[in-house]
Amino acid sequence: MNKIVSKEQLSADIYKLVIEAPLIAEAHKPGQFIILQLGGDFNERIPLTIADADEERGTITLIIQAVGESTKAVVALNVGQSIENLLGPLGQPTKLGKFGKVVCVGGGIGVAPMYPIAKALHELGNEVKMILGARNKDLFVMKEEMASVVDELIIVTDDGSEGRKALVTVPLKELCEEWKPDLVVTIGPPIMMKFCALTTLPYGVHTIASLNTIMIDGTGMCGGCRVSIGDETKFVCVDGPEFDAHKVDWNNMLSRLGTYKPQEEENKHKCRMGLNTEDTEAK
Amino acid sequence: MHVSREELDNQAIEILKKYEGVKLTPKTRGEIPVQEMPTQAPMVRITNMNEVAEGYTENQVKAEALRCLQCKNEPCIQGCPVGINIPKFIAEAAKGEYSAANSVIKESSLLPSICGRVCPQESQCQKFCTVGKIKKDVNQAVAIGRIERFVADYSRENDCDVQPTIKAETGKKVAIIGSGPASVAAAADLRKEGHSVVMFEALHKAGGVLVYGIPEFRLPKKLVQHEINNLIAMGVELNLNYLVGKTRTIEKLMTTDGFDAVFVGAGAGLPKFMNIPGENLIGVFSANEFLTRSNLMKAYDQKDSLTPLWNCERAAIFGGGNVAMDAARTAKRLGAKEVTVIYRRSEEELPARKEEFEHAKEEGINFLLLHQPHEIIGNDKSHVTSVKVVTCELGEPDASGRRSPVEIPGTEQILAFDTVVVSIGNSSNPLIKQTTEGIETNKRGNFIVNEETLETTLPGVYAGGDIVLGAATVILAMGQGRKAAKAINKYLTK
Repeated sequence: MNKIVSKEQLSADIYKLVIEAPLIAEAHKPGQFIILQLGGDFNERIPLTIADADEERGTITLIIQAVGESTKAVVALNVGQSIENLLGPLGQPTKLGKFGKVVCVGGGIGVAPMYPIAKALHELGNEVKMILGARNKDLFVMKEEMASVVDELIIVTDDGSEGRKALVTVPLKELCEEWKPDLVVTIGPPIMMKFCALTTLPYGVHTIASLNTIMIDGTGMCGGCRVSIGDETKFVCVDGPEFDAHKVDWNNMLSRLGTYKPQEEENKHKCRMGLNTEDTEAK
Repeated sequence: MHVSREELDNQAIEILKKYEGVKLTPKTRGEIPVQEMPTQAPMVRITNMNEVAEGYTENQVKAEALRCLQCKNEPCIQGCPVGINIPKFIAEAAKGEYSAANSVIKESSLLPSICGRVCPQESQCQKFCTVGKIKKDVNQAVAIGRIERFVADYSRENDCDVQPTIKAETGKKVAIIGSGPASVAAAADLRKEGHSVVMFEALHKAGGVLVYGIPEFRLPKKLVQHEINNLIAMGVELNLNYLVGKTRTIEKLMTTDGFDAVFVGAGAGLPKFMNIPGENLIGVFSANEFLTRSNLMKAYDQKDSLTPLWNCERAAIFGGGNVAMDAARTAKRLGAKEVTVIYRRSEEELPARKEEFEHAKEEGINFLLLHQPHEIIGNDKSHVTSVKVVTCELGEPDASGRRSPVEIPGTEQILAFDTVVVSIGNSSNPLIKQTTEGIETNKRGNFIVNEETLETTLPGVYAGGDIVLGAATVILAMGQGRKAAKAINKYLTK
């Protein structure tokens, strides 16, 4: 079970793993995630969004940025080895439908889970434009796959090494003004999603963001993933991971993500339980 | 005053010597003092995660067993949710026949080493004990739970535990959802009847609340693993990392995978919060998260565990139940200098077991009773810095029969804390309800079941434990698991 059938290094620390998980592949819908744990008493549980699923082959695809001790251990596994514990699919699927014009905004490796969502939206007859952003040209993942499922792909980099030298919010603002989308979907570093939400707010464009918070069980039991959505407290694991980006209390969410930063630095391990590294942050 | 295990053992030896060869009358039996449970010294135990209660010595068991009057009307049995033949097992223990005593318990209960530890005996079997009644003090009753624990531990450690017999395969398949006490009980009973039993657990370890919730210092995890291993040895198939409702729905289990019946023992896994300002600040945790990090993820072992732990110096625990005691005592062991339990009623209404409350006090936990938290206050980094509380007095009894707390205006005060653990209970986990058509719940989210059979509103699907009862106890959950197993067996063989 959970055997790694292929492993591909996409950039310095980003890996693509295809894992045999027939039940998850069968039940999976765009927007959902899994939690994995490498066995034993001491390994942590790591939530990761599902980048793709192949029901026929019975596999799921994960894009993993190996930045902490735990994620490094995952990508150190070889093809043929298994991930001892793999739970999913978790969370509510993306609410798909015919909206009209949709902009998908992805940053860093946050783009990975955008793939099945954009693909599904496109197949449902929406006109889909995608903005992909990264610090530099070497940090893009799944660019070709993305291009194949959208009507237009807009590339931006912080340093101008590919596409426009801009933050994702610049073309997003332009599209809001000129193209007038009906829906914006944003997935990526929390700070980027926050600024996407701020960008679309004045235009009144419905915007959803996929949140990746600290969590343990992923079944609604611990409440570590709770976020303030409007006046309510919601659990990302069972109510989310997608929420109305205009209602998310981003500052609270961003600070909660930093809960264990001091301990992690002290322990010289940086876990990726919702933490995105500076490398991928669209500042 | 803490008395060492050696000293308690010596006292027991003296008692046994005194009564050796003496014909015991109810009067002389009543003279024997209740044997205290040996414990790690408070100041020692707060520095480790090892079990607090060390268990009776053999001499203590014999001495305690002598206190039992062997009442003809067996009042203690009516107090036991699973009807263990208590006088009979105590009589065996008195003779030193511990394995036989364990076998008597095993006729009715599956997990004596666990129940001996975590059952609230003072409000069950021991509440009805004649000795306690005569002495007008339930704490003077025969220490049934401590004897139970000893004989169960003895049988496990000496490898003389009864092996259940499994009837011929029936060809029927039952899915058990969850692996906590209700599920373990149901799985064992159904397997014994010869059904094929598959247990589905969402987490990466089996045992449910016994593993993620109850701390190591109250229930060593190796005991839970032992019971799970027993189930596997009986032929129960265990599927970890399988969230019924998400990985697969109940409908699919029954239509595609060929399960003839389903038992849902998914527990009360949805933490309640107070809905007061500041609950999403950094440093505020549900008891579930706080305990799961420490217990399941082993974060108390920061040398080895990769799961990070919050550094708490001054912790406030909201609530007064057993889980609140567990959270408070865990915080202490994780290095908190000051831990305060804030509870809105008085000591008399405190829902925690007296033993847990006493242990917590011995460990230096503060109790701020008759206080209600109003707000959690944070700094510019969103870290908890203090809690605003208001003083309460007790008013008229409420629906639960307990006197309800009434806030006294103008008594607000702000107390400094860097950590808050909200421990005010759990609601039923809504996942199965959301993903299963035909299952009905009451307004609190608990499954509605036929009280006789524990069948839900969906035919062939049964439920028990906290998902039906709301947050209750291990033994009640186990009792429901057994009750449902009986009904499922009937349903499958009709």
